[in-house]
Amino acid sequence: MSENLTIVVVEKDRDRACAIVDALAETGSHKIHVLSEVSGLARSVARFSPDVVLVDVTDPSRDAIEQLAIASDPLERPVALFVDRSNAQLTKAAIEAGVSAYIVDGLQNDRIKPILDAAIARFQMFQRMRTELETTKRALEERKIVDRAKGIVMKARGLGEEEAYALLRKTAMDQGKKVADVAQALVTASELLS
Amino acid sequence: MSLTPISAGFIPLVDAAPLIVAKELGFAEEEGLALSLVQAPSWSTLRDQLAFGHIQAAHMLSPVPVASHMGLMNGLPKLQVLSVLSMNGNVIGVSPTMAGLLEVRGYQFDFSDAKAAALAVASLPKPLRIGVPFLLSMHAELVSLWLNSVGLSAGTDFQIHAVPPPLMAQAIKNGDLDVFCVGEPWGSFTVDTADGTLILPGAAIWTAAPEKVLATRVDWSEQNEDTALRLIRALWRAGQWLDLPSKQLALAEVLARKDYVGVNSDLIDRALTGRLVVNGAGDTKHHENFLRFHNEGATFPWQSQAEWIADRLKARLGKTAQGENAEILGIFRSDLYRVALRQLGTPMPLTNSKIEGSLSAKTEVRAVSGSLSLGQNRFFDGQTFDPQR
Repeated sequence: MSENLTIVVVEKDRDRACAIVDALAETGSHKIHVLSEVSGLARSVARFSPDVVLVDVTDPSRDAIEQLAIASDPLERPVALFVDRSNAQLTKAAIEAGVSAYIVDGLQNDRIKPILDAAIARFQMFQRMRTELETTKRALEERKIVDRAKGIVMKARGLGEEEAYALLRKTAMDQGKKVADVAQALVTASELLS
Repeated sequence: MSLTPISAGFIPLVDAAPLIVAKELGFAEEEGLALSLVQAPSWSTLRDQLAFGHIQAAHMLSPVPVASHMGLMNGLPKLQVLSVLSMNGNVIGVSPTMAGLLEVRGYQFDFSDAKAAALAVASLPKPLRIGVPFLLSMHAELVSLWLNSVGLSAGTDFQIHAVPPPLMAQAIKNGDLDVFCVGEPWGSFTVDTADGTLILPGAAIWTAAPEKVLATRVDWSEQNEDTALRLIRALWRAGQWLDLPSKQLALAEVLARKDYVGVNSDLIDRALTGRLVVNGAGDTKHHENFLRFHNEGATFPWQSQAEWIADRLKARLGKTAQGENAEILGIFRSDLYRVALRQLGTPMPLTNSKIEGSLSAKTEVRAVSGSLSLGQNRFFDGQTFDPQR
């Protein structure tokens, strides 16, 4: 278990922030602060004099924290992007998981590792959830479009539901396209013509 | 012929247009490249994606590759510049409160006189909180140069804060900033949604500021020189198309797409035409030289530009910024650029360096074959930068 560190987590989403804090708390009794307000972010981060700052790489406000890494006020503790540490494997894992970590100068690698490991695991989970959600959403949308296209074919050609779907599928195969794409084209065309 | 896949990252800004046009109008494909574009959420993330090889090329702030050779990005691989993607294109604006104060003081809001604007801004309550997209940016350099000229010092008189371009309007709305300098369309967006007032185009401070560059990793272009050359040509052609007077309508529609800039095409048109709505009342100002992609030698990666940037970074960030001059010179790859464009018969300048700030008007100069015209290159206070000295 590593010694107490001050960690700042920049995260707007409350549930995600709680999940990260929980995961970090398991690695030691650290002081963990969550910042959700983008306004004046660099100053808020600096105020806590953190040892570690964790931020989602897709968060545009990352650039505000980067400022602390490039040129910090003499009174502030400089933080550096974790890549400075030449721990290539951990860096790569962090980037792939979508977390960027800024670490104060002079902090030992073995003290950071458990914290980063925990953060990486948590962010990987978020990423998986995001992918799942997007996949489900897309599947639902595609189904809706295919249903509408089926309806158009049924009405226009006087076909039953199964026949209509078979026709869509055959057209898609002939053209080397996905059924959903053919359906989308048909729906768009029929909207234009109606 | 099978195409060489290459992915390039960009930030949603009007000046990402050369990459977008290279892909959408087929200039990349003509060069045998299957170009895919990736929108990045922030400059630091874009830089990291490039550094770790997730992408091979990027639409990048011109100071970032220079800074990567100056110890300002420890641990990250060094970057370099294959060509300049755009000149100028930023705006400087003020919050509604500051605009009110300037008006009371009789400021003319002429959107052209940088000296007068600096004096007016110097009369505002200090320290001024100034938002720029990234600490290592032409925005930060121009604003500092501009305010230093009227005796204001960074830290005590003004503080520079990094605010991501799409969040600039919100920062003005929240009252977090007094002044902002940002690339389009986000300045216009701030006018429309946060009652910001634009007071100057970036070009009023330096008429020939290399704004965004095409950046790659140094080792990538060494190992993929042929691909690098093709990329330079594809973007050169894209830039040429972009500076045709007839292109603007279609262009704004393409750039407006959600996966590119993602704002209404009307906002994008303002930067493309140089006709900007400068305040909430809808007053419009036109600036001839607002944003340039190609004409008058805009894309040549001059070594003197790298030196100017290095010089400014040293002055502004002090002891943290170091760099050997010989190494700085090689960051802007004028050599590769020449090789890439030789087969197109493009007139090339005789040298790789020029005195920045020394052309008071468009000038015809001798080239390697024939001649070429260079655009006006002037600082608002008449200073020049001679790299030989």
